[in-house]
Amino acid sequence: MSVDAATVRRIAHLARIAVQEDEIEHLRGELNAMLAFVEQLSEVDVTGVEPMTSVTPMVMKQRDDVVTDGGIPDLVVANAPAREDHFFLVPKVVE
Amino acid sequence: MSRESATSLTALTLAEARDGLRRRDFSSRELTEAHLAAMAAARVLNAYVLETPDKALAMADASDARLTAGEGGPLEGLPLGIKDMFATAGVRTTACSKILETFVPVYESTVSSQLWRDGAVMLGKLNNDEFAMGSSNETSRFGPVISPWRRTGDTAAIVPGGSSGGSAAAVAAGLCLGATGTDTGGSIRQPAAFAGIVGVKPTYGRCSRWGIVAFASSLDQAGPFARSVRDGAILLRSMAGHDPKDTTSVDRPVPDYEAAIGRSVKGMRIGIPKEYRVDGMPEEIEALWARGAAWLKAAGAEMVEVSLPHTKYALPAYYIVAPAEASSNLARYDGVRFGVRVPGDDIVEMYERTRAAGFGPEVRRRVMIGTYVLSAGYYDAYYLRAQQVRTLIKRDFEDCFAAGVDAILTPATPSAAFGVGEKVHGDPVEMYLNDIFTVTVNMAGLPGIAVPGGLDAQGLPLGLQLIGRPFDEETLFSLAAVVEQEAGRLTPARWW
Repeated sequence: MSVDAATVRRIAHLARIAVQEDEIEHLRGELNAMLAFVEQLSEVDVTGVEPMTSVTPMVMKQRDDVVTDGGIPDLVVANAPAREDHFFLVPKVVE
Repeated sequence: MSRESATSLTALTLAEARDGLRRRDFSSRELTEAHLAAMAAARVLNAYVLETPDKALAMADASDARLTAGEGGPLEGLPLGIKDMFATAGVRTTACSKILETFVPVYESTVSSQLWRDGAVMLGKLNNDEFAMGSSNETSRFGPVISPWRRTGDTAAIVPGGSSGGSAAAVAAGLCLGATGTDTGGSIRQPAAFAGIVGVKPTYGRCSRWGIVAFASSLDQAGPFARSVRDGAILLRSMAGHDPKDTTSVDRPVPDYEAAIGRSVKGMRIGIPKEYRVDGMPEEIEALWARGAAWLKAAGAEMVEVSLPHTKYALPAYYIVAPAEASSNLARYDGVRFGVRVPGDDIVEMYERTRAAGFGPEVRRRVMIGTYVLSAGYYDAYYLRAQQVRTLIKRDFEDCFAAGVDAILTPATPSAAFGVGEKVHGDPVEMYLNDIFTVTVNMAGLPGIAVPGGLDAQGLPLGLQLIGRPFDEETLFSLAAVVEQEAGRLTPARWW
């Protein structure tokens, strides 16, 4: 499988990465090189093979249903590029 | 102290420094000052992206007080470097990405907190490929790391490997007694091999991933870099252990890995996988591999040819699984909660501009390929199939161990280190081939160790890799110690 310019634009948008028109062709080449490389997986017979979901066999742990953290709003917003009091600021989302 | 004795302090192994501190032959402050001086004199290597001398000296003084009082943990007073993928409270942590250039964590990663718990001293943060995506440390936003190694009679800059290139270069050059790394496809073992030192990638689940910048969560694992096998064992004991904050961290006791050094390997069965004899493999790598097998045989181990038939599919499967998980993990860098923001007219434009400006080309490429293979209509063809292939890769190893093989011996890399700039402009896939011998281990969640095997004809280090059963790092330390005894320790000639 290979991607065309329209697909590159669509993937970039899905990934929320702005790309300039003059980058598209280069990116298309790189993505297609990677897709050509992984293409060899199609020759493996995977009939009846379970996809791996956990590399180490383990039972999902559950912790006690208690509050173990919190009450630190100053720390939570400490690294925000834009904040007001204990809120993250973003451009207007809803008109 | 005289310059000569300061230099000799940075030439000690971690175990020698530990024993010297306990005897009070020198103080942690003296040891730490010697390392800070070595770091200042080696900035041309670009190994550290942040030096923390004030913190280091304060920690050293606290260690000296504890040592004087006859207290102190297993790593008391020993100066270490920390890969910039580990969150360090109050100390800038960037994953060597522009998007995190302003990030100062308010928490400490579990692994680094255990090092401080045991008394270690932090010298600073070490360079790596951006978000650990790379095999040469050339994708860092702080620029490439230069290896302390050079080809004989040549001054050209050599890469230290990646992604933990700063860790490897710093340990090899005596800029710390040991360092942390992370290994997603070979990022500890490949740079350890390139730098002529020891690198350990533990079993998945052995070390907590909490507080480590996530790349590909089902593959990422922290481990140590060290100048000797013993040092690697000492560091892993402190780094490993159960952490309730990481649900994939395994709740089982941490053995005394150091006790495995010097243990007999007589009667062990060592698998030599025929699929690792790849086309175009340099003769020197073949010779290194044969040498490693001969050393282990002389120590009483038995070599058996084994087959891992799905080996050639590990790298392509990795380049689906790792970018897919990365595209998901890196979704958090949106310019809202931390890191850099580039304004836009609406929130989507803000996200898109922030991520375009904040991520370098390799990270953008991998996030995009990951987004593609997870997108509607392609998930089954790519991601699901890759995870099925992963099951087959793991099964290959399980069959091998079930047949009575104790560990597997391979070269760590398909070649010695290459020059800075030599591979960056080519096909990205060519760079990815560096991890051909290491990536299978991550796909199967197994432990692996890289240990120096000697120098090539150009004077650059070559490494051997030993792969073990899940949670049997001890056998790897025993075997690696035999290799180390035969190959000797490698030290670069100082030119910087």
